Amino acid sequence: MNNLAIAAYGLRKSYGDKVVLDGVDLSVPEGTIFSLLGPNGAGKTTAVKILSTLISADPGSGDIRVGGHDLTTDPQSVRAAIGVTGQFSAVDGLITGEENMLLMADLHHLSKVEGRRTAARLLERFDLVDAARKPASTYSGGMKRRLDLAMTLVGTPRVIFLDEPTTGLDPRSRHNMWVIIRELVADGATVFLTTQYLEEADELADRIAVLNNGRIAAEGTADELKRLIPGGHVRLRFTDPAAYRSAATTLPDAARDDESLALRIPSDGSQRELRYVLDQLDAAGVEADELTVHTPDLDDVFFALTDGVRVPAPTKVAAR
Amino acid sequence: MSTLALTVRDSSTMLRRNLLHARRYPSLTLNLLLTPIMLLLLFVYILGDALGSGIGGGDRSGYLAYVVPGLLLMTIGSTVIGTAVSVSNDMNEGIIARFRTMSIHRGAVLVGHVVGSVLQSVASVVLVGAVAVAIGFRSRDAGVLDWLAALGLLALFALAVTWIAVGMGLVSPNAEAASNNALPLIVLPLLSSAFVPLHSMPGWFQPIAEYQPFTPAIETLRGLLLGGEIGHNGWLAVGWCVGLAVLGYVWSTSRFDRDPA
Repeated sequence: MNNLAIAAYGLRKSYGDKVVLDGVDLSVPEGTIFSLLGPNGAGKTTAVKILSTLISADPGSGDIRVGGHDLTTDPQSVRAAIGVTGQFSAVDGLITGEENMLLMADLHHLSKVEGRRTAARLLERFDLVDAARKPASTYSGGMKRRLDLAMTLVGTPRVIFLDEPTTGLDPRSRHNMWVIIRELVADGATVFLTTQYLEEADELADRIAVLNNGRIAAEGTADELKRLIPGGHVRLRFTDPAAYRSAATTLPDAARDDESLALRIPSDGSQRELRYVLDQLDAAGVEADELTVHTPDLDDVFFALTDGVRVPAPTKVAAR
Repeated sequence: MSTLALTVRDSSTMLRRNLLHARRYPSLTLNLLLTPIMLLLLFVYILGDALGSGIGGGDRSGYLAYVVPGLLLMTIGSTVIGTAVSVSNDMNEGIIARFRTMSIHRGAVLVGHVVGSVLQSVASVVLVGAVAVAIGFRSRDAGVLDWLAALGLLALFALAVTWIAVGMGLVSPNAEAASNNALPLIVLPLLSSAFVPLHSMPGWFQPIAEYQPFTPAIETLRGLLLGGEIGHNGWLAVGWCVGLAVLGYVWSTSRFDRDPA
């Protein structure tokens, strides 16, 4: 087993009466990508803020170690080991991209020559050479995000926190960001990634934890999580409200979506189960206007875990 | 590197950042500089005759001499309003969150603001002073030491009100609020001996005007540059400066150390 880059036990944080994190355990082995997945307001950003020393955890929390250093007793050593790129860009908009990079080099106490070299190398790598002499406030969203990450990498951090790094980016910029994130791990860094996009977590992460209402609802590899919902579902859509209602009575297991007149029936997609559904519909004399079979994807897991309807939370997939 | 060396290095990096901002966006600095120069011209050329005879100093040039020390301090007051605004703006920038997660000296961001602001204040004071000399202000037998002492007092005063302004910037949610919160720094000189002597004010108000931070500093400057009695004003001025600087420092750093929202 590798050493842990991040180990947090019983992470708690509340603002007044509002509990944001309610006892979260996290362990991330070195050199892996860990994704914290959850809907807006689940507490993802709060977790990043605590782990990156920006805010303090509540006193009831257990031990938290990042990069091998204790977060409470030795925050400066943690800071020396990490890099953070937040959801909102952390660049100085008043100065140019290059000046932002040199500012980081100075704050990491690189020599002048070394600082210039590092800045030039990263500007090149992130395709920012042409814009280097322009004020960062004039950059597009994708450029700002790249500059932001480039600044984070000046200090060659061993643990990198990326808080929703692709939120608000167009598809091409998102894919570019994915390529960059994979390169970071190839270079030996550990990446802690938060996202609300299942596709992103599925694509990148070695392990995924689903955060909902301040608790980890499930944790595992993408495949392990998908196995939580054994068979995906069959979706039936109707145009006739009367047919929809009688189908709903015939199939009491179905989750109803009254707005779009659709039913979701848990199913493993096998011929036998499918025939059962069709037989039931035939017997009731209703015909669906559309029938689709969904094999399970992370979306199903996500909805199941975060609305608490189909799978009782919290569920923990045994770590292997 | 030792802690002190780190502090100096990180703070000077932050200072360079602030000076870069000031150089790129000089309009704020220039606007704040314009106010004391306008006031200087207004009080001397438009109100000077009446006010001059009112203080018993006689003419316009007498009033010029009377009003310059107060206006130099007012220049500082108006420069640090810019400090409060830029600190407040800065705190709303994402980059401050980045600084907080980096292994740099904690206070470097604030020290950078303070040193940058004091340098700006001193530069503004020199500029306003030059305008005053250009329109006829002359010191009366002030030696080199007197001038140095005057400049030292102005720098110390700038340091003190800058730390207060930094605290005001930190507690203000936005630039407008910061500028409003810092308003006392430009109103207080109006309630001092800057423009009219204390004895011309209502009796009940005189103690307030006499012991507020600006009056002792103004009277000390008058003593240094124009001759005359400094008396207890010197110690009072230095005491105010040190007290305000310490208060502002403690206030600002404890505010900055709090978890950001």
